Amino acid sequence: MRFVREFRDGAAAAALARQIAAEVDPARDYHLMEFCGGHTHAIFRYGVQDLLPANIHLVHGPGCPVCVLAIPRLDLAIELAQRPDVTLVSYGDMLRVPASRRRSLLKARARGADVRMVYSALEALDIARAEPGRQVVFFAIGFETTTPATAVLIQQAQRLGLANLSVYCNHVLTPSAIQSILDSPEVRALGRVRVDGFIGPSHVSTVIGSRPYEYFAEEYHKPVVISGFEPLDVLQSIRLLVRQLNEGRAEVENEFTRGVSREGNVKAQALVADVFELRPQFEWRGLGHVAYSGLRIKSDYAAFDAERRFDLHEKPVPENKACQCPAIIRGVKKPTDCAIFGTVCTPRNPIGSCMVSSEGACAAYYKYRWRKPAAAAHDEAAA
Amino acid sequence: MCLAVPVRVVEIFPDGNATVDIGGVRTRVSLALVDGVAVGEYVIVHAGFAINRLDVAEAEKSLALFAEIAATLGGPRALRS
Repeated sequence: MRFVREFRDGAAAAALARQIAAEVDPARDYHLMEFCGGHTHAIFRYGVQDLLPANIHLVHGPGCPVCVLAIPRLDLAIELAQRPDVTLVSYGDMLRVPASRRRSLLKARARGADVRMVYSALEALDIARAEPGRQVVFFAIGFETTTPATAVLIQQAQRLGLANLSVYCNHVLTPSAIQSILDSPEVRALGRVRVDGFIGPSHVSTVIGSRPYEYFAEEYHKPVVISGFEPLDVLQSIRLLVRQLNEGRAEVENEFTRGVSREGNVKAQALVADVFELRPQFEWRGLGHVAYSGLRIKSDYAAFDAERRFDLHEKPVPENKACQCPAIIRGVKKPTDCAIFGTVCTPRNPIGSCMVSSEGACAAYYKYRWRKPAAAAHDEAAA
Repeated sequence: MCLAVPVRVVEIFPDGNATVDIGGVRTRVSLALVDGVAVGEYVIVHAGFAINRLDVAEAEKSLALFAEIAATLGGPRALRS
């Protein structure tokens, strides 16, 4: 695959790692948060952490849309799917995520609910047209990468006058989540999480541009480097962050120049602004209620809002006490700090969302890191 | 969820969709979010939508930089490519 394979070159990765090792200041530590779960998986899959000096610490951030969806919101999706007149259409990531009382969309489907998995939001349009007798609801989740597609779906549904299609909107915003992390007591007052700089998401930024991060560089004095998802991208971004921290700079730099500009995709932004507006607050798993962090459908498109059509209201549910997902999402704990990680909670039998999603930190640890190589374990024991 | 892939545009249809090629696999995506895409260009695709162009010149620049670093600081391969 062109423009994928070349960014995984082993010789260049080794050279970049050597350069990072030469540039780090051994007298200090570097705590870098990769916001996006895609980066977490790239880091584990390619063993990036093992190429880095011991004083560079990677902190896993909340950028996994499946993981941060609050359980009451997922409960509502299951409630919708169980209505006999509803066909619930969802991206595959959501189907196995545990809701309250160990339910999931997949289990609901096994009990007869009409839940269908799609790759593109526009497939919901085809289903609604083909089956006019069904109430087709698109379960929309995701950060800014995914939101424009939902905007296109709603506009097309309006153009076609599709009365049997609606959208259950759970779209969330990356900058709000970064701000919530920076303002959290763990980072600000308690000092339990240290974040010196951010590895910024590339595909989200393809849409929103690099400009929204300038606020964090200026107001919080944290450098941000927008990074591609391949191992060379991640290594180069770490090198740029180390350099900024060494020189006392806090700027927004863009490593993913092949897909991100300062302005982003203006057309996609305009579509999103036409269809959606900010919610005064939205609940995130791990972060709690965050002001202006989620989107809802504007009143111009109210006819397509599933929350209005089906009069949906969230009901608070207690978290599973054993599951450490909320603390893991905030970067306060690592998956291996969770008592049920890898024993009770596995990808086959997930208790928390972080173990389900292909972007969740627990899934990354389980898949690539859980069983440490004997040599690394020996080094740690000796240290 | 937010992962996207670079693909080459093979054919563009009047309805705003395109056939794209990724490593020999062809699929249909929507170009509704990106104006003026031409056949042969690379776009970044996520969940059935091109979300932006892939700037080939910038990609080549990054690769040239990595090649230069590898040439000056080269050594045994630490990763499988």
